[in-house]
Amino acid sequence: MIAPLEKLGWFGDETSLVIAFLIGIGFGFFLERAGFGSAKKLVAQFYLRDLAVFKVMFSAIVTAMLGVTYLAWAGYLDLSLVYLVPTFWIAQLAGGLLLGVGFVVGGYCPGTSIASAATGRIDGVVFVLGFAAGTLGFAVASPLLQGVLGAGELGPTTLPDALGVPYGAVVFAVVVVAVAGFAGASWIERRMAARDAGVR
Amino acid sequence: MEPFAHDLMDGPPEVARAPRPYANPYLAGIGIGIVLLAAFVLVGRGLGASGAFNSTIAWLVSWVAPGYAHDNGFLAGYLGGDTHPLKSWLVFEVAGVFVGALGSGLLAHRVVRTVERGPRISIAGRLALAFLGGMIMAFGAALARGCTSGQALTGGALLNLGSWVFMLSVFVGGYAAAWFLRRQWR
Repeated sequence: MIAPLEKLGWFGDETSLVIAFLIGIGFGFFLERAGFGSAKKLVAQFYLRDLAVFKVMFSAIVTAMLGVTYLAWAGYLDLSLVYLVPTFWIAQLAGGLLLGVGFVVGGYCPGTSIASAATGRIDGVVFVLGFAAGTLGFAVASPLLQGVLGAGELGPTTLPDALGVPYGAVVFAVVVVAVAGFAGASWIERRMAARDAGVR
Repeated sequence: MEPFAHDLMDGPPEVARAPRPYANPYLAGIGIGIVLLAAFVLVGRGLGASGAFNSTIAWLVSWVAPGYAHDNGFLAGYLGGDTHPLKSWLVFEVAGVFVGALGSGLLAHRVVRTVERGPRISIAGRLALAFLGGMIMAFGAALARGCTSGQALTGGALLNLGSWVFMLSVFVGGYAAAWFLRRQWR
């Protein structure tokens, strides 16, 4: 086991903040490359005109998932030391629905709003302010929301644990679903383009 | 629609100012995937965004009303104990996102002061909805303990059960809202 390097004492907190900044630069760079500093590009996902959100997201997930799976299998990475957000499935189901609605109302998600603000979009700046105001609002309301916040608690849980199937089987299934999804997404884009051309 | 910068070496401004096309989505996705994998290997955690807002708000509130910030369970979790609340992984990562996106935008002549909106909505209307959408999303991200970056991308790659529930739920919420908001975008 040689990774995660920080957890195994290769470097301390100060260095990890420098790494955080560098990792963020990489993330922001590719988000903007993909066009995700633009609300119109992002929201087109939900009107089926441009499914880049799905394509970028799933190629990122598949890339990182295959890398993690290989490094853990080869003995380089101790997956038990990689932080897993605990599952609160009811809170996460409700939060996801709200986040999806907020995405179409506001045009961004938190990470892409930073990319849009960085590239001059005033609506991105305003979204960032709205998100900050909402965070304050949530904090103030949080004593009343403890019930829903804690709903569906299962602790740190993976899909293979929950389904009782081998890790590799889920990895394989995600790859198959992603590849089929990429083909399906491109087919939908062509269909919608043809329909729009026919209408006008 | 005035670009902040253009490369004089690229010829006349009219040519230089034209924004370059976006990258192939699969290549951009693989790029994000490699960055995410590097985060796992280097520090044992993934990407994120909403957590940086939580830390920033906790810090601001502790400045104005320190007693309240410490008594509020949600904010207290982001105050950082002995270290400064802003000395957190996600705050530094999000600062990097800003710099990285700006760099990519400048290179591709896509840094433009503008308001992104559909053909049928006013600027004021669009900005009001951007603010409202941000507020709704803040509640969603706080409930879900992460956003598209921290949950869907990071947890998705780690096959985290709650992250996959969250991700499917985001798409359901988005498609359900799309019909009602079509006048904003189309």
